Amino acid sequence: MTREKRLSQLTPYLFLILPLIIYLIWVIGPMFYTFYLSLTNWDGVSTPDFIGLRNYQRLFKDPVFYISLKNNLKWILSFITIPVVAGLALAMALNRSIPGAKAFKASFYSPLVLSLVVCGLIWGWMYQPANGLINATLRAVGLGALARGWLSDKNLVMWAIIAVGIWRQVGYVMVLYLAGLQGVDPGLIDASKVDGCSGWLTFRHVIFPLLTPVTVIVVVISIIDSLRAFDLVSVMTRGGPYNSSSVLANFMYIQAFNNYKMGYGAAISVVLFLISLVFIFIYLWRVLQTEMEY
Amino acid sequence: MTTKKFFSSPWRTIGYLVLLAITILWLVPFIQAILTSVRTNDDLMRRGFFSLPTEISLQSYAEAWRRGGLEYYLPNSFIITIPSLVLTLFLSSLSAYALARFRFRGNRLLLFTYIGGMLLPFQVLMLPVFRLTDALGLYDTHWGIIAFHTAFQLGFCTFLLRNYMRTVPGEILEAARIDGCSEFRIWWQIMMPLTLPAVAALATLEFTWIFNDYLWAIVLLRSDTLKPVTAGLATLQGQYVMDWTVITSGALLATVPTVLVFIFLQRYFIEGLTLGATKG
Repeated sequence: MTREKRLSQLTPYLFLILPLIIYLIWVIGPMFYTFYLSLTNWDGVSTPDFIGLRNYQRLFKDPVFYISLKNNLKWILSFITIPVVAGLALAMALNRSIPGAKAFKASFYSPLVLSLVVCGLIWGWMYQPANGLINATLRAVGLGALARGWLSDKNLVMWAIIAVGIWRQVGYVMVLYLAGLQGVDPGLIDASKVDGCSGWLTFRHVIFPLLTPVTVIVVVISIIDSLRAFDLVSVMTRGGPYNSSSVLANFMYIQAFNNYKMGYGAAISVVLFLISLVFIFIYLWRVLQTEMEY
Repeated sequence: MTTKKFFSSPWRTIGYLVLLAITILWLVPFIQAILTSVRTNDDLMRRGFFSLPTEISLQSYAEAWRRGGLEYYLPNSFIITIPSLVLTLFLSSLSAYALARFRFRGNRLLLFTYIGGMLLPFQVLMLPVFRLTDALGLYDTHWGIIAFHTAFQLGFCTFLLRNYMRTVPGEILEAARIDGCSEFRIWWQIMMPLTLPAVAALATLEFTWIFNDYLWAIVLLRSDTLKPVTAGLATLQGQYVMDWTVITSGALLATVPTVLVFIFLQRYFIEGLTLGATKG
């Protein structure tokens, strides 16, 4: 092999080496290291001691773990239904030339540019029991009986926080469906209209099936986002009252950084990781499928 | 369709009004925050949300800016975001070029590593990154958090740029190669200018993401004077527990940079979002 040819085979690695080293050190390495930490009693200061599976044994007996798991599940179920349906409906409504379509779209995706911290603070004020907008409105229209301590009632608090997440998510889903609709051949829609299909039937049998790839991605991303949920809970309630709004990410943070049980925190994040892994694989499988089409 | 013709159908008009109502409802959180921020807390608490304010005052903005600390939180956000953004775009354009234009063993495995990494729950990286940052002497410095953002965003940026670079016709690059251009010159002088639209979309999106990060700021920084505005707002919330006018003023001030980006670069922002999700 000539020197030049060897050199040209080396080229991709020269491009890759720097970013890859950084990625391995800060992302891939830490991922594996967490598994090790979950088998130790690390407290953040002293050297970690190996203690086997004891963190996991404790975790599976911890009631807060099950509350968090259930709350993550609520989050997932809400996220894969409400924003998906609402986002799709909005995309269908706004994917035609109606007066002010641009302003409508901008209104729905504007929450996306706010940080979750800002969303949490603004909504925290809306939910405030005495003077917040929601209770004030309920009282003003004579429905004062429905006024609640939205963030202090342990049956309502999780839903109240999820609602904020949904408010932010709808615009995102709408954007993805709008992009997907760009790829739908208008000829197919016209053809089904000619065949006498009503608007709903066209949507049900022509447009929606064509949007399946978008729907798969939207659902998978929504689930991954739900499992990442942290900022809103941290800012609005810190998981309270009595852990009733705890989610895994927040539970982990509190154990690790407030209680200095870093080994235990690592065990929680491993469980969170394993759940996410299922959906990461679905996403990768989708990518692989599109790769094959090239 | 003209506006007049559009409203000639009563059903369409009703549908339009429903949509309008929902849209306004969607904007209520913004509106109520703005209305709150220009009142005095005393007036608001005593006379309720729906009372007419006795005076319009920007006092709470001044309070949030000076005593609330936004005067240093906001600059900190830029000090963290800009270097992270530049570094991650530069590095990912290198790896994206390698993955898009070369056949070699492990190409697909690397691509999948980058994509898988971008979807990880942050908690699985938190403790090791905390430990690593500490060991490198970067805990509680801006460089520590810049290093992490740069590394973590590589996954998404590489994926997106790689997909875009694959759409560039190979003939252009081949011509340059025959002319004796080095690979690095081809990357920098031919590929990068052609990738600029994707870089612009990505930069807009990444700016918002890094700017809005809260978790890594509270994990990797401790000093109040180093915090970005997200973590700073959480502190401010604790300081002004019942003073909602200051909290909403602070929250609104914190959103000014990303809202400006959104207003002026909206097209790129939306492009970035869709490129990321649907090309996959």
